Amino acid sequence: MTDLPIYLDYQSTTPLDPRVLAEMMPYLTTKFGNPHSNHSFGWEAAAGVEIARKNVANLIGAAPEDIIFTSGATESNNLAIKGMAYAAYPSKNHIITAVTEHMCVLESCAALARNGFKVTYLPVGADGLIDLAQLDQAITPKTSLVSIMAVNNEIGVIQNITEIGAICMARDVIFHTDAAQAAGKIPLDVSAMNIDLMSISGHKIYGPKGVGALYLRPKNIQPLALFDGGGQERGLRSGTLSPALCAGLGTACKIAKQDMAKDHDHIHNLAKRMKSEILGSLDGVHLNGSEKQRYPGNLNLIFDGVKGDALIKRLRNIAFSAGSACSTGRAEPSHVLTAIGLDKAQIEGSIRIGIGRMTMDQEINYAADHIIDAVKKIRTQL
Amino acid sequence: MIYLDHNATAPIRPEVIDEMSCVMKRGGNPSSVHSVGRHAKSVLEKSRRTIAQMVNCRPQKIIFTGGGTEANNLALNVKNLDHIIISAAEHDSVGQIQQNFKGRVDILPVDKHGLVKPEKLRDALAQATKNTLVSIMLANNETGVIQDIRSLARISHEAGALFHTDAIQALGKIPIDFRALEVDMMSLSAHKLGGPQGVGTLIAQEKILLVPLAYGGGQEGGRRAGTENLAGIAGFSKAVSFIPQNIQAMKTCEKIRNRIEQEIGKYAPQACFYGGAVDRLPNTSTILMPGVSSETQVMAFDLEGLCVSSGSACSSGKVKPSHVVTAMGGGQDQALSTIRVSLGPETTQQDADAFIRAWKKLYDRKRMS
Repeated sequence: MTDLPIYLDYQSTTPLDPRVLAEMMPYLTTKFGNPHSNHSFGWEAAAGVEIARKNVANLIGAAPEDIIFTSGATESNNLAIKGMAYAAYPSKNHIITAVTEHMCVLESCAALARNGFKVTYLPVGADGLIDLAQLDQAITPKTSLVSIMAVNNEIGVIQNITEIGAICMARDVIFHTDAAQAAGKIPLDVSAMNIDLMSISGHKIYGPKGVGALYLRPKNIQPLALFDGGGQERGLRSGTLSPALCAGLGTACKIAKQDMAKDHDHIHNLAKRMKSEILGSLDGVHLNGSEKQRYPGNLNLIFDGVKGDALIKRLRNIAFSAGSACSTGRAEPSHVLTAIGLDKAQIEGSIRIGIGRMTMDQEINYAADHIIDAVKKIRTQL
Repeated sequence: MIYLDHNATAPIRPEVIDEMSCVMKRGGNPSSVHSVGRHAKSVLEKSRRTIAQMVNCRPQKIIFTGGGTEANNLALNVKNLDHIIISAAEHDSVGQIQQNFKGRVDILPVDKHGLVKPEKLRDALAQATKNTLVSIMLANNETGVIQDIRSLARISHEAGALFHTDAIQALGKIPIDFRALEVDMMSLSAHKLGGPQGVGTLIAQEKILLVPLAYGGGQEGGRRAGTENLAGIAGFSKAVSFIPQNIQAMKTCEKIRNRIEQEIGKYAPQACFYGGAVDRLPNTSTILMPGVSSETQVMAFDLEGLCVSSGSACSSGKVKPSHVVTAMGGGQDQALSTIRVSLGPETTQQDADAFIRAWKKLYDRKRMS
């Protein structure tokens, strides 16, 4: 028998890997110093931060000095987008993003638009991917920044990051990618992919909440800080760093790099089985987004004639999502599912099953059985 | 090592670590609607209530942030402000506003005791501006000097201005009552009182329109986007629940601090204790050793097994004179020759004696040279 509830919402947040907690512990207990203090306790804490910085950098092929720590991907995305847009203003006043980005990217762009910037929102196809030719056409001499996420949080599709990076390099615009759902899960290399800025989150990769990172390619242009103070993190992000949180993120990155192939196989196999169990037992089930270009740990499925909310209510022992977790109680339909062309009924019939490192075989069995039963029951009631 | 730098960061209480471990092991995103998310949400809201109760405010006023710096920056980001008044002794996270704010910024001087004079505030408020915010810290991070915040807040309100206080350094050292202080906003941080680094809060009246520093998923009532640092927040709340014990322990701290100052004062009449004549945090002493640079002192104490600070921890690496000491009328040479000693509940008389011995030793070395 499996422990209940079963957690299948890995895009919302991931369980903390016990190895991560073990590495955080010394910085909560004996090495508690302020990393900016100029004495032994401070140096010891600062050393922990620098090890963490190296681990984050290693995951994405960056140099440690090009990583700054933040409170999370939301802050990283805001700093990257608003910071770079303002730094390039007013000689450049145009930025490009996609309609399927995370709310914190879209809201950052909306804030820029309110302040006189021009924003182009690229559409996506039914597969959830942007059209590269459209991106190329959208770039003008006034364009400073392109921000396209690596892996979508709702439907798991992987954008053509290498190609997007090449276009941005050829057209001499800055390329930022929100890799909150991608870093540590798919191979990413900032040099090979021509990525200028990358946002990373701790709690999406089995690390702690409250910490993230931003990779910044060394260039002449630096983003404007979101806020100021003691001038930590090269003046780009003031405030006392938490060595425990940094160590947590660093360790999560180190493990992710080391275990990426293993994690991928595990997750791929479980997802495949979940999908075949469901598709083998039920008609009228469709996968949202590209079938081949996706992170396997995200199964976003439409069940014809079934409402996702009704499924969640029926399946209280399975934790999964009917949309993005960031907007509790938000009544409006998912902007991502709308963007890939789903109608209202299809959006309401969609659920997201998130599978991860800690997911076990028997959890997949239990969840598949119960989802199939619940869908059948709901459908016969119609 | 003897740790005498509690104003930079304080050791985390074991109970706080236990609480954080539990929350981290249980997991969940407070914004998820399923049972795991709902449990996370209940931890978040319980923490909010605990903190609200301890500082006497409505839980709805609490906005969790990534720390004190972010809280201070958010407070200064009130919509449509055209005038900000701060004191010359503020922490850099408030003091930096003069570089970035496009409206009028007035910096109030402090007297030789580090206090803001009410008439100076009245003068600044007399400027014809529409939307004014006054931000004055409750207790100074370097000297521990405590301002009469309620009077300053009342003066500001009479002029129609909003009032914010940075109470980061005061929390856990003196009683704090949001309602009694009559302020509109107050910043707090967890890691100065035995909670974790990386979490703080801005307590703000609900009616105040704050422009978010970061946009996103609409958490914290749309005032601070981003998945909440749940374990950090739970740890913060746990640390706050120990405030009564902390404040009790401050009585001993005060005795030990006073003894340090008496001993050093007797031994070296040239030594000076900034803010020593007025109300101060019971754990803080900023000591001038004439002719010996702060950096030399900090290094020498470190070799003696004592961790002290040359001022605010934020500007490490940069040897610059303390703006707090210069604001109090100290010269550049004095501002470059002070150190801050900040005690904690676990500091003993023996720790203090070790510090006094080391101080005298260094002072003698300077005198002989």
